[in-house]
Amino acid sequence: MKHTLAVLVENKSGVLSRVSALFSRRGYNIDSLAVGVTEDPEISRMTIVVHGDDHVLEQVTKQLNKLVDVIKVSDIGGDETVERELALIKVAADASTRSEIIQIVDIFRARIVDVAPKSMTVEVTGDEAKIEAIEKLLRQFGIKEMARTGKIALVRGPKKV
Amino acid sequence: MTTGSTEKVNGARALIKCLEEEGVDTIFGYPGGQIIPFYNELYDSNLRHILVRHEQAAAHAADGYARATGKTGVCVSTSGPGATNLVTGIATAYMDSVPIVALTGQVPTFLIGNDAFQEADITGITQPITKHNYLVQDANELPRIVKEAFHIASTGRPGPVLIDLPKDVQNAEIDFYYPDKVELRGYKPTYKGNTQQIKRAAEEIANSCMPIIYAGGGVISSNASAELVELAETISAPVTTTLLGIGSIPTEHPLYVGMLGMHGSKYANYAVQESDLIIAVGARFDDRVTGKLESFAPNARVIHIDVDPAEISKNVKVHIPIVGDAKQILKSLNKYIRCCNSGAWLEKIDHWKKEYPLSYSQVSPDVIMPQFVIEQISEACRDAIIVTEVGQHQMWAAQFFKYKKPRTFITSGGLGTMGYGFPAAIGAKVGRPDKTVINIAGDGSFQMNSQELATAVQNDIPVVSVILNNGYLGMVRQWQELFYDRRYSHTFIKGSVDFVKLAEAYGALGLRAEKPSEVRPAIEEAVNSGRPAVVEVIVECEANVYPMVPAGAAINEILDPEGHADTPCAMPDLRAATADRVLDLEEH
Ligand SMILES: Cc1ncc(C[n+]2csc(CCOP(=O)(O)OP(=O)(O)O)c2C)c(N)n1
Ligand SMILES: [Mg+2]
Repeated sequence: MKHTLAVLVENKSGVLSRVSALFSRRGYNIDSLAVGVTEDPEISRMTIVVHGDDHVLEQVTKQLNKLVDVIKVSDIGGDETVERELALIKVAADASTRSEIIQIVDIFRARIVDVAPKSMTVEVTGDEAKIEAIEKLLRQFGIKEMARTGKIALVRGPKKV
Repeated sequence: MTTGSTEKVNGARALIKCLEEEGVDTIFGYPGGQIIPFYNELYDSNLRHILVRHEQAAAHAADGYARATGKTGVCVSTSGPGATNLVTGIATAYMDSVPIVALTGQVPTFLIGNDAFQEADITGITQPITKHNYLVQDANELPRIVKEAFHIASTGRPGPVLIDLPKDVQNAEIDFYYPDKVELRGYKPTYKGNTQQIKRAAEEIANSCMPIIYAGGGVISSNASAELVELAETISAPVTTTLLGIGSIPTEHPLYVGMLGMHGSKYANYAVQESDLIIAVGARFDDRVTGKLESFAPNARVIHIDVDPAEISKNVKVHIPIVGDAKQILKSLNKYIRCCNSGAWLEKIDHWKKEYPLSYSQVSPDVIMPQFVIEQISEACRDAIIVTEVGQHQMWAAQFFKYKKPRTFITSGGLGTMGYGFPAAIGAKVGRPDKTVINIAGDGSFQMNSQELATAVQNDIPVVSVILNNGYLGMVRQWQELFYDRRYSHTFIKGSVDFVKLAEAYGALGLRAEKPSEVRPAIEEAVNSGRPAVVEVIVECEANVYPMVPAGAAINEILDPEGHADTPCAMPDLRAATADRVLDLEEH
């Protein structure tokens, strides 16, 4: 079972390593981890996607809370959320395939951000399903390289974590 | 200087002022290149510094000091090898939730990351074994950081905190100002238990016919012994303790059933297994305690009182968790409970106590049994603080000494660190000079930090080490005997050293006992000498610690050749059980 945790931490050096080390030390699996500063420059937000049963999730949450630099841990999996991830996909392209790729990109409301004689780079934003779908379609042309940011998420409506 | 005003000082001097503000009077340490500025300022200060002979000993001494006094212990080392030598001591304190602050020198900030001479990433290295740690980048932050470090180390679930101090930070001038408050939005331990939960616990207790209280080190660190005993007496419940919980209730209290788990008393383990309610206080259901989890106390509901929410339901499913300080929670729980009649239950336990007492047999009249030595220490030094090393002697010290008060049994439980006892005893004696402090040691363990005889002699710290010399790394030998077909691979250490001469070489008193009649006089002579002393006792070489629950077995599957054969959970045939267990061990 997948869970999405929003973790507010002190924006200080070493915090990311404390958090990621905790996961590996205790044998919890991270699917993705995205981190960036929040509206308060002293606080960073980590969005961590983990899988495991309720017992594992409870332990992850409690262990994270024990870190002095962790301010708050919220499991937002149960809430209505807006979730986004950004991926950059460098796909093999030549004159014969370029237009077909552009069509796919359009359907997904993705963007071409770089073009070269033998490749194109696509920027796509969306939830996990959307990114996986476009990746699947582009694979036939040959994906040379891909980078994903990992998911970030906010709860819908006025509620904050 | 008092809090509030400011004064220009360098970082090193600031650090000393911070320590004074925290009420520190003694620190344990060892100097080196990157911590010289601190030592330079220390030269002019009133802080007592105990110079050890190995940094590991500084950490253990700070730990022993903390456990004996309840205050936060402090140790200091230089960067690189000095800092890495602290690691075992820090890990030991972490596993047993002991408040210490470790101060380490570090290469100057502009060299960090350069693989500079004697640079080690000690904050990285100690991340998993500290409650928190700091690399000070700016001397102006030092007072705040020290304040936070002491706060974090000593509150909530206590533990070690490390502060890494680059040399340039120690030299930098700052306006010294000691904050009087800490602001840590990510650290707010809960102390007061939830009243609703406490009431539910009281109900649960009222409905139980066979309750047992299971007390751990948390009872001692929160100074909750009186409340614990009150709870036990009010509801007439038996009390078992973990290794670290020993001393939270007097050994001779009629409700005490001894330690549970791997080397616990049979009656404690039977009582836990049959109980219908476990009241766990400041204990964490460690694998040495529960044995095979699936078979642990199958009929029991569980109340778990702990300051660390992450311990709740970590290993055993808890029905009523109460997060907070053991003392406060027990205090308020005691208001809601009333006497409940466990007459039949207590009778049953008393019957077990009589039927399966902790015992040992004298193999021949001239041989000194190790258990006998502990009994002699118990009679000769009733109010002593007992510190131990790790091995068979540690378990015998847990089983056969009669403890009267909390903080009188000091041992490395979670990490099981050989070499802990002697330096920890030195720390305990420095913290409690009024007490007799005895280190019960094995011949193997003592050799791991015997260089600290120099520390004890130089600083005139009269600690007595009683070495149970069995010529073996006895605990490992016991496992080899029971589970590895008596193949004593590399556990024979007889004749390593003449411990009497070793003591004398350092200027300490050395005594030896080779016959049972010599034990008591030697112990008394050592204690009365007022000097650091070593008593080497030549004990039966193949004595085993029993009862024993083999690793991975249920805690009522007990090996005990000393006990009676007609146990309710009949004693398994030793050889057969051994064969089984070997398979089991290999699977794990
Ligand atoms: C630092 C360290 N290394 C190894 C061990 C594993 N170990 C546990 S008990 C033991 C034997 C201890 O021998 P000794 O001190 O003579 O005590 P005895 O069991 O003989 O009483 C060993 C090697 C340990 N606990 N700690
Ligand atoms: Mg030995």
